Amino acid sequence: MNALLEDLKDAAAAAFFALLVFGPFIGLRLTDNDSGNLGISTRPEGLVLAVIGVFVARLAILAWGRHRPAKLATQMGVQAQKAGKFLAPAVLVFAVLMPLTPGLPNAYIDLGVLIMTYVMLGWGLNIVVGLAGLLDLGYVAFYAVGAYSFALISTTFGLGFWECLPIAGILAAFWGMCLGFPVLRLRGDYLAIVTLAFGEIIRLVITNWVSLTGGPNGLLGMPQPTLFGLKFSMVGGPGTFAGFFGITPAPWQREAFLYYVILLLALLTNWVTMRLRRQPLGRAWEALREDEIACRSLGINVRNTKLTAFAIGAFFGGFAGCFFSARQGFISPDSFTFIESATVLAIVVLGGAGSQFGVVLAACVMIGVPQMLQSLQIYRMLIFGIALVLIMVVRPRGFISTRRPTIALGKAKSIGADLVAQGRG
Amino acid sequence: MSNVLELQNVSSFYGPIQALRDVSIEVPENEIVTLIGANGAGKSTLMMTIFGQPKAKTGRVLYYGEDITALPAFQIARKGIAQSPEGRRIFPRMSVEENLLMGAQVIGYEDYDANLKKMFALFPRLEERFAQRAGTLSGGEQQMLAIARALMSKPKLLLLDEPSLGLAPLVIKQIFGAIRDLNRETGLTVLLVEQNANQALRLANRAYVLVNGQLTMQGTGAELLAKPEIRAAYLEGGH
Repeated sequence: MNALLEDLKDAAAAAFFALLVFGPFIGLRLTDNDSGNLGISTRPEGLVLAVIGVFVARLAILAWGRHRPAKLATQMGVQAQKAGKFLAPAVLVFAVLMPLTPGLPNAYIDLGVLIMTYVMLGWGLNIVVGLAGLLDLGYVAFYAVGAYSFALISTTFGLGFWECLPIAGILAAFWGMCLGFPVLRLRGDYLAIVTLAFGEIIRLVITNWVSLTGGPNGLLGMPQPTLFGLKFSMVGGPGTFAGFFGITPAPWQREAFLYYVILLLALLTNWVTMRLRRQPLGRAWEALREDEIACRSLGINVRNTKLTAFAIGAFFGGFAGCFFSARQGFISPDSFTFIESATVLAIVVLGGAGSQFGVVLAACVMIGVPQMLQSLQIYRMLIFGIALVLIMVVRPRGFISTRRPTIALGKAKSIGADLVAQGRG
Repeated sequence: MSNVLELQNVSSFYGPIQALRDVSIEVPENEIVTLIGANGAGKSTLMMTIFGQPKAKTGRVLYYGEDITALPAFQIARKGIAQSPEGRRIFPRMSVEENLLMGAQVIGYEDYDANLKKMFALFPRLEERFAQRAGTLSGGEQQMLAIARALMSKPKLLLLDEPSLGLAPLVIKQIFGAIRDLNRETGLTVLLVEQNANQALRLANRAYVLVNGQLTMQGTGAELLAKPEIRAAYLEGGH
């Protein structure tokens, strides 16, 4: 009975705050008078509905939290991980074959490219956040450095996409180190603040250094990626993809090619990460995330370990930026705002920090779902927001929150991160 | 007989608070030296000061006669001093194997397999738990892992910070037995910090008593064990 009373109190409090928030948003409405003046009309029924909705939803969440079996979440994690073993190759096969589906609208390939870009960014950031445990809120800075490096180098020196790609990566890695040095001693919230500022600094420099970056007007005229020197052009003719293979040029060829380029880059990121996790360096990253003091006493050079995490994470961010720049053919500071960092971080956290497959799932949800819901128009972001809240209630540590040892002799046992965090295990 | 480790008049501070006052201890080769004291006496600070965190403000820390006072922690570890820190500090989400691999990282993996066998001989439980996440081990097993992880770097000096903390008497006996065996069989030099004075003094060749950051007594383990003031303060009542 007490529990019920407490739940009711809690739900009432939630409803009260909902009233405060929704009061002006839903309760009041700006209207056009016939005379052309603006007036305010009230909408009490909408407000009441919203508040009651919050009250009921809060009660439901609380009731569910009280009655769910304690191990359910962990079980789900273990199941998800088991499924991941078979699901991951299946998803990969799907990803490889997807653009070849006959009659597939270009928009889907386009969406695939977008999701894949975020998968790659997520995997890159996963090195910093998921493995090394360094909360980075300014990842977009490296994305921007990669994009502008490509734009400037290709237009100034006439280099192609593939020549610029490693340069963009190295420049981004360099800036990763530059960020890494001052934040070596910082942890948690403080690290997050400084990285956040770093992302903004890069964006502001790009916006204001008009002579180099074109400022808010951006840069254009970057070359498209080529397939061993073959261009993708609608005109056809010698030296183009369609001309070389003697087929009619079509837009999907270019889209599909871009898709495979980003798929390749993303898989490269994944492969490097998986390899590194089995190496001393990757192991040191994970150990660093677990316990920095223990690392020091084991003779791990914490400074170098952190710097390499920042540098390698930034390197792949630079790759992704370079690709983005080449695909768009136009970049401006608007593409590199904080919301990008937040989205990528949300993908990593939602996927279950440190889990490679979780990042793929989360990228599909975070990028794919809002696009799929286009037809729902104004309710799109509302549904999306509710979905995110639900996911965090059900799986507070991300889709895949269990971690598999990188090596295992015999049978590996796995437990949920939540149990370890509670020290029960 | 040479000293593996020597602290000469070491004082260290946490901000404005002085945690160690003019402490001098010697750890001779092949011996087990123990440092006993109550909660907050500065035992763990002394351990951390050896590792340069915090660095000694005055005085010197010598390792085989070499001044290591100013070295960063990871380089001290690379010289051959290994530590099983207070609270064990194993890597909970990594497997037992990965923990041991981390321990060996500093010296490379040439002798890894042979070392691993030695650890399994010393703590057979670790072999049973090899693929398991370290966070799922019992307290005693975690302590064994912390010691084994430290030993994987084939140290010349092992620092143990309260290995008995929070463990059942039977497990404590097992762990102290392992330390004794290690010392006898391989001649490993050990500096043991303990609140469990009874067990520690029985094990130790030489012992120091730390009170409020100052050394108040020293002698062989047996000598201190016989002193009435030690018995009154650390051995009787409550233990």
